Amino acid sequence: MLRIHFDDYEALRAHGQETYPHECCGVLLGKTTPGEDNSEAINHVHQIVRAGNTRTDSAHNRYNIAPGELIKIQRQARALSLDIVGFYHSHPDHPAQWSPTDFAEAHWLGCSYIITAVEQGKAVLTNSFLLSGTTEDDKKFEDEAIQIDIAPSLAATAQHNQKGQE
Amino acid sequence: MNIHIPTPLRAYTGGLETVSIPGATVTEVFQQLTITYPELKQHLFTAEGKLRSFVNVYLNDDDIRYLENKEATTVQSSDELTIIPSIAGGSSANASYNDLCPANC
Repeated sequence: MLRIHFDDYEALRAHGQETYPHECCGVLLGKTTPGEDNSEAINHVHQIVRAGNTRTDSAHNRYNIAPGELIKIQRQARALSLDIVGFYHSHPDHPAQWSPTDFAEAHWLGCSYIITAVEQGKAVLTNSFLLSGTTEDDKKFEDEAIQIDIAPSLAATAQHNQKGQE
Repeated sequence: MNIHIPTPLRAYTGGLETVSIPGATVTEVFQQLTITYPELKQHLFTAEGKLRSFVNVYLNDDDIRYLENKEATTVQSSDELTIIPSIAGGSSANASYNDLCPANC
């Protein structure tokens, strides 16, 4: 299961609207909680990071995050004691369903891949897929439930409290 | 030197995000890495021993594929190696939204 705060969920959908008709992409930072008693693991998103799409030759239906940018994002995660738990991208005028290209290019086993369909510039459906398996040979995408937290995030609460003290 | 392991491969390093491995070159460090953590080998290298095409390796801020000596580049104990699988994808090129998404999608 993927767990994400409403603000982050809305932010990644808005990213897809901003880059329309091109695909957006980004990284999900957080923590993975192992499942207990046969329950599934939870990829809990604490922060999303926007990334640039380097596929300027075909940005309407392809995305790629430069490895150098990924290195920086991974350093950012490490500094926050977080891990890369997934990625997101948009499908302009295309369903929120993984494509053969998405599958072929997916290599982060155990991570969540969020896809938002953006139809005529408006974000519609958002789905998440867990890349399960142990190797490139047995990997597969599984539909993944998304739990959206609507309580104020800790950062927002802290900011609110700080303002209240001023 | 320290090697940073990406999330999916930490299952093969005992959950460690960073491992310390000795070696004089990138190749030596990788050889020692896969001796210490043998399960990593199939995830990093093909059966022919080539680094898998989707596995990026950075020595500090430099992609080793673009270094003059590539994997033979000498390293210092203070250097850092980062293993980072590629991230890419995208919607299918030849199918329209209506073809793949029925009215109730």
